[in-house]
Amino acid sequence: MAEKKVSTASNALAGVVDWVDARFPLTSNIKNHLTEYYAPKNFNFWYFFGSLALLVLVMQIVTGIFLTMHYKPDAQEAFASVEYIMRDVFGGNIIRYMHSTGASMFFVVVYMHMFRGLIYGSYRTPRELIWLFGVGIFLVLMGEAFFGYLLPWGQMSYWGAQVIVNLFSTIPFIGPDLSEWLRGDYLVSDATLNRFFAFHVIALPLVLLGLVAVHLIALHEVGSNNPDGVEIKALKDKKTGIPLDGIPFHPYYSVKDLVGVVVFLMVFAAIVFFAPEMGGYFLEANNFVPADPLKTPAHIAPVWYFTPYYSILRAVPPIGISQFPGVVAMGLSVVVFAFLPWLDRSPVKSIRYRGALYKRWLTAFIVSFLILGYLGTVPADVWGQFGAWMGKADRATVVARVCMAVYFLFFALMPWYTKRDKTKPVPERVTY
Amino acid sequence: MKNLWLGLLLLPALAWANEAAITVKAPVDLSNHDSLQRGAKVFVNYCLNCHSANYMRYNRLQDIGLSEKQIKDNLLFAGEKVGDTMQVAIDPVEAKKWFGATPPDLSVEVRARGADWLYAYLRGFYKDDTRPTGWNNTVYDKVAMPHVLYELQGVQELNHETQALELVKPGKLSPSEYNAMVGDLTNFMAFMAEPAKQSRQMIGIFVLLFLGVMLVLVKKIKAEYWKDIK
Repeated sequence: MAEKKVSTASNALAGVVDWVDARFPLTSNIKNHLTEYYAPKNFNFWYFFGSLALLVLVMQIVTGIFLTMHYKPDAQEAFASVEYIMRDVFGGNIIRYMHSTGASMFFVVVYMHMFRGLIYGSYRTPRELIWLFGVGIFLVLMGEAFFGYLLPWGQMSYWGAQVIVNLFSTIPFIGPDLSEWLRGDYLVSDATLNRFFAFHVIALPLVLLGLVAVHLIALHEVGSNNPDGVEIKALKDKKTGIPLDGIPFHPYYSVKDLVGVVVFLMVFAAIVFFAPEMGGYFLEANNFVPADPLKTPAHIAPVWYFTPYYSILRAVPPIGISQFPGVVAMGLSVVVFAFLPWLDRSPVKSIRYRGALYKRWLTAFIVSFLILGYLGTVPADVWGQFGAWMGKADRATVVARVCMAVYFLFFALMPWYTKRDKTKPVPERVTY
Repeated sequence: MKNLWLGLLLLPALAWANEAAITVKAPVDLSNHDSLQRGAKVFVNYCLNCHSANYMRYNRLQDIGLSEKQIKDNLLFAGEKVGDTMQVAIDPVEAKKWFGATPPDLSVEVRARGADWLYAYLRGFYKDDTRPTGWNNTVYDKVAMPHVLYELQGVQELNHETQALELVKPGKLSPSEYNAMVGDLTNFMAFMAEPAKQSRQMIGIFVLLFLGVMLVLVKKIKAEYWKDIK
């Protein structure tokens, strides 16, 4: 090094890199995670959503930082400060819409990402931990969205938080004290707003970043799955030791993901600039009314990404006067995803080589999930009542119960139907 | 088994709306500055006596083609500054005593209720002697607000058989003039609910054009790199 005279810019850069490498594993990290991380070459549409989730995470953090510069976490000022951002802060309306749209799009992307994992068996050995970290990310994301939704301090913010915190009060014995402890008051108030703000802007984002990091570390340790569910590490080039069906993440997938990013941004921009309320699904009309603790809205609906679980909560009948069974069912409906790696007994990973039995169950599950999602956005009497032969039960509630049964049976019967299913032979190499 | 799933798929089609539907369509046109300016005048003259618009600054009216001087000369009556928000002099406690409810802030009313609702509401007042104010409303039953614009619209009564409103005493304006006026007012309130909407959409067009060009470029880059992957 020392004897060589630095004559060109690239030499100078190489010198800097060498200097850093002697003190920090820069080049080796770039190699391990980008230029020499070998991903299967047969990724399809579904594989865009991992990098997109990362993009949305960064976008939420950056827009969130700018929002906190003007937002006031104070029950007297919160609603007004949001309108201040919308009207008086330069570019504030676009930053706010990016953040509110980002929240919904985060769930769109994460649901797609989870669906990918589901159909290609990405949770199977050796990727159980990746999946578990992912479920953790999903749970924290739900908390993050819930805490954030209180901050605009509109009617839906307020009463949504009231309903969710009250869920904890259904827990036998400790419930009422627990929900009071969570709120910091006897009802949702300024104290609640302040602590939700703290959770939303610092506590959960930190946990989220940590989980994303271990999610990626685990992924890069075992390597990516692919639409065929074939382990590409099983067949390596004899000389180089590189998987035959593997290609370096950078540049191949970095440039491919760029296409996904631009398409995603086009959808995102179309929403932000032309339909930020998304017909009331991303921003609810009632949330433009300031929070009023004395006036309960006629119909309290959570934002769309919570509605499948909310439907399950409503569908479970109370025992006596206790709503606790519904709360347990709702909690279970989210956590049950964590058990997938141990429920699936199929000899194959990918849906491409699974039999009709699994495909039917998966279809039933997705349909149930969507119907539950829709029903969570509307009042329980939306379809009217059955006649006396069904005890005049709400039609929508009965449908929600059927869907809930399908939802849980998809998981509960999985060990049985995946084992019994007629699978097709899996090829040795990926199909490309 | 298959039929069950098919049945589940079709169920959402049974859904029907259970809220009273608003059948009129508000004439909202944010590019019509004349209409917005007329609406602003009605808003300041009538609504702003009881309702505030605390998040709306007077100088924002420059977005609908008014100059600062025009705003000062025509819309500021009580020594407000042009950069002030649309405050109201009424004391909320007193107002609650008079009307039974504090008149809500109207800055984002259109976003909460919808322009069509507001347009129907402003045309829906009718005489009802059972109410303390003597007025009721077809889209907001037992509303606390009296019919502030009755001198202009005249007096309507509800025909309880047909559920239709009938004008029993004409006002200063003909029905079509009145509808046009509350149309302007609704238009203005739609503007006020989100003054930056039009500029946002303008930026959006450029953002999408930029991304469209980017898409062509990144697709070319991708194809270039991937051509050697067999």
